[in-house]
Amino acid sequence: MYQTNYHRASSVDDAAAQFAKGTESKYLAGGQTLLPVMKQRLAAPSDVIDLARIPALIGIEVSGDAVTVKAATTHYDVAGSADVARAIPALANLAGMIGDPAVRYCGTIGGSLANNDPAADYPAAVLALGATVKTNKRTIAADDFFQGLFSTALEDGEIITAVSFPVAAKAGYAKMRHPASRFALTGVFVAQAKSGEVRVAATGASQDGVMRVPAIEQALKGNWSAAALDGVKVSADGLMSDIHGTADYRANLVKVMAQRAVADAG
Amino acid sequence: MSTVKLTVNGRAVSADVEDRTLLVHLLRDHLNLTGTHVGCDTSQCGACVVHVDGRAVKSCTMLAGQADGATVVTVEGIARGEELHPMQAAFRDNHGLQCGFCTPGMIMSAIDIVQRHGGKLDEATVRQELEGNICRCTGYHNIVKAVLDAAGRMKVAQAAE
Repeated sequence: MYQTNYHRASSVDDAAAQFAKGTESKYLAGGQTLLPVMKQRLAAPSDVIDLARIPALIGIEVSGDAVTVKAATTHYDVAGSADVARAIPALANLAGMIGDPAVRYCGTIGGSLANNDPAADYPAAVLALGATVKTNKRTIAADDFFQGLFSTALEDGEIITAVSFPVAAKAGYAKMRHPASRFALTGVFVAQAKSGEVRVAATGASQDGVMRVPAIEQALKGNWSAAALDGVKVSADGLMSDIHGTADYRANLVKVMAQRAVADAG
Repeated sequence: MSTVKLTVNGRAVSADVEDRTLLVHLLRDHLNLTGTHVGCDTSQCGACVVHVDGRAVKSCTMLAGQADGATVVTVEGIARGEELHPMQAAFRDNHGLQCGFCTPGMIMSAIDIVQRHGGKLDEATVRQELEGNICRCTGYHNIVKAVLDAAGRMKVAQAAE
């Protein structure tokens, strides 16, 4: 790892001020992506600003209509939250499928979203549930937040403070895990909003990161069942091909994972 | 450079380290606690697992500065004098180690697993929970046996206290 300067921020404002002082600052939350990347010397921030101990960024609030997860809340805490499990069980399940226990103790929802890894789990939930990403400057709709591989609508220095998920009528998540990295080879989150709107998002599939899957949304709109997807063909255009799976393989996985997710949602 | 102050195995320690120093290097190179191992250095193998404020984390994926003010327990800190921790004893009795390289991380993760699941542990749960710990000898069978054995011993030890 190259030299860097470490700062522990005491508040969101303090973090933004510290960030502005560095020549090439990076925010650090759980560090489960940033630190490995720094160790490989693929990232060399002049300053790392630690957000993980800011009290205003930690915690979960559940109301009748929404689950709000503050940005520095760990995957472990989301996975183990009885309130989340009651309101949106698929969200707690998803958090419990990320990485391994040691990673879940550190990794945070805000860090996952700001990084927007094309195979990360949380982006699928945020996009399918139509969540709102709150920052220290504004609120961003899920449809506007994800902007391709490792790209988001966040401006330089902007800090995610919380994510607000509308409570869905039905929601489910299923993931084919890469057995070594435990990232999603392909994962699909299906959601039926209380309004009846159906949204489906796939991660680990597209070359542009998380994506909606209109063909599956259409089929589920008329008939919310795994069987409704039997005849659906997902296009392989724009999907990733690598040593773990071809684009055609992933296209089929999107369908199969969607079917499992619907079964999970009930 | 920063001064990092933390409690390690019950002892208050302070070290002046570069900001890029990882917790595992603080433990091994500055505090000479070489029981914690660096296996893969890519955050996958779990040989470096220690407890930070009661949670089993990979010390190769945490800056020393992040642990400033924290309470850290390493594999050196779990025995009571000559008496092994029940998890250590169970690993020995069940042949839960071969080359021993992954053992410190296995033991620290396993203690965390038992503490979280208590008496409700079964084999499938142990195997799933140990996903973040890799044994290159592939000695998982006896590791899982050791964890299940230790879960019983830790329950007895807790009841006796």
